Amino acid sequence: MMSGPASLGAAAHRDYAGAKIGMWLFLFTEIILFGGLFIVYSAYRSKYPHEFHQAGGELNYVIGVANTLVLLTSSLAMALSITAVQKGEQRRAAFLVGITVILGVVFLLNKYVEWSAEIGHGLYPGGPEFLKLPPGKGLFMSLYFTMTGLHGLHVVAGIVLLSIMLVLVVKQRIRHDDYVKLENAGLYWHLVDVIWIFLLPLFYLAA
Amino acid sequence: MMDQEHGHVVPYETFFKVWGVLLALTMILTMVSKLFHEALSVWAMLLITPFKAGLVFYYFMHLKFEGLLLKAMVFVALATLVVFIGMLFFDISFR
Repeated sequence: MMSGPASLGAAAHRDYAGAKIGMWLFLFTEIILFGGLFIVYSAYRSKYPHEFHQAGGELNYVIGVANTLVLLTSSLAMALSITAVQKGEQRRAAFLVGITVILGVVFLLNKYVEWSAEIGHGLYPGGPEFLKLPPGKGLFMSLYFTMTGLHGLHVVAGIVLLSIMLVLVVKQRIRHDDYVKLENAGLYWHLVDVIWIFLLPLFYLAA
Repeated sequence: MMDQEHGHVVPYETFFKVWGVLLALTMILTMVSKLFHEALSVWAMLLITPFKAGLVFYYFMHLKFEGLLLKAMVFVALATLVVFIGMLFFDISFR
């Protein structure tokens, strides 16, 4: 936005409403992407209710709930950072975006511990224990790895995006009169949080 | 410099309150699903989970302060997903 001929003019062209609507349109594609997976999950759950019920009980729900609290708190820090930028509290905003990024990393570390235990027990698609599972349980574990894995990739993307935003806040490129980038990055982060809000009961509490 | 349009400033306290409600709902959901009968936990899940998502959309994602156009767009997107999920269960229940 600040490069090219526009930056030479008195005022760079900005389209706040367009930027916001564009971001939401992208979020709709994400909702439909995960929505499709939720539909697959529902269809197979109705076919194998007992197997899904049992398999869900074997997951470590404490890690699932802990990660929910971590993501909800990171979303809080993200939302607070927008208010801080709007009020011109640049240092506080940078601190809050930093907290959001750190909590995102904590989430991934929890995921690492959780997946390591499962993979260590041979419970990964094609693994020795996985192949012994009855069909319904195998489906549950496949969906578990697919959906939490795809969600994890979104967390990684969010961490990268928010790290860039952190630099922009520190460099005063995001400030009280121009912060739509931070708002849109925040929208992405909150959507990743919402997806996890649905993953928690489907996989960890459905037993 | 132009000021950013629609700069509705949400007070810090509002976000802390929403966060508190979200944490409480998560604990309630977890306790219900671990302590009570399955039928009750399914209902708790179907009611509490969309409500939590709604709180994040409405407050954290600033939807409360957006115009009618954006609200309508979000509604249409979510309604589309709900229609497809509804069609799925309609199909399953009549097999």
